[in-house]
Amino acid sequence: MGSNTRTVAEKADFKRELTEVVPHLRAFARGLCGRADMADDLVQEALLKAWAAQERFEPGTSMRAWTFVILRNAYLTDMRRNRFRGEYDENVAERVLTAPAGQEEPLHLSDMHRALLTLPPERREALLLVGAGGFSYEEAANICGCAVGTIKSRVGRARAALNAMLADGSIPRRSTSDDAAHRAILEELDEVAAGNGIAARS
Amino acid sequence: MKSEQDKDAGRLQAAGAAPVEKSKARTERPEWASGLRQLYDSVVDEDIPDQFKDLLSQLDTKN
Repeated sequence: MGSNTRTVAEKADFKRELTEVVPHLRAFARGLCGRADMADDLVQEALLKAWAAQERFEPGTSMRAWTFVILRNAYLTDMRRNRFRGEYDENVAERVLTAPAGQEEPLHLSDMHRALLTLPPERREALLLVGAGGFSYEEAANICGCAVGTIKSRVGRARAALNAMLADGSIPRRSTSDDAAHRAILEELDEVAAGNGIAARS
Repeated sequence: MKSEQDKDAGRLQAAGAAPVEKSKARTERPEWASGLRQLYDSVVDEDIPDQFKDLLSQLDTKN
């Protein structure tokens, strides 16, 4: 569409970097919304948005962080339109996590994923970014548009919730799409989206 | 449960020493912590579906 001030080489760099982060976008999206098909739709949406907004990308900065912001915003928008129900796709992963020696009950990826999906969205994304994506608290705070302390608090609460869930075996066995869980998720989401997560109580 | 201990094992223990008791490390990095990364990495390691390759290749033609 409009004219583009980037050189051909810069556009090629952008595209290469964008291509490189696709697996990470898919992983982040999968963790956020649970279902592989919806997650991939979300990634497609984010890629198109990122491409359209490429002049706002500052070369040399983290493409992964930049695209995660775009993906996150797309997710929040779609969630508010009720597209995602936090459903867990049983087909995704019945793979057994590598059980550390001496561990009696192997933790299944599916258990992990279901437990993750029971977390309120802002805590889930904080934990995904820091615990899975390997972002620093500072980077995660930038991605979520909130204070570093807020991210730390969210990660802490998410960890505590998962610890409790896995300790007492209260991981939901099948699906988190039951009404109560879903309502809770959407209520939390409204708060996150309304303030873009800034100054959220947790 | 013991993934952190496994790490600690190399760092803190002589070979053949008894496993570290459930320690502070466990509260820092409980069993699910590695599971969370595996969950993420398992998706990262997947082959990129064709839909993305198609999309990326089409980007060039769009302005």
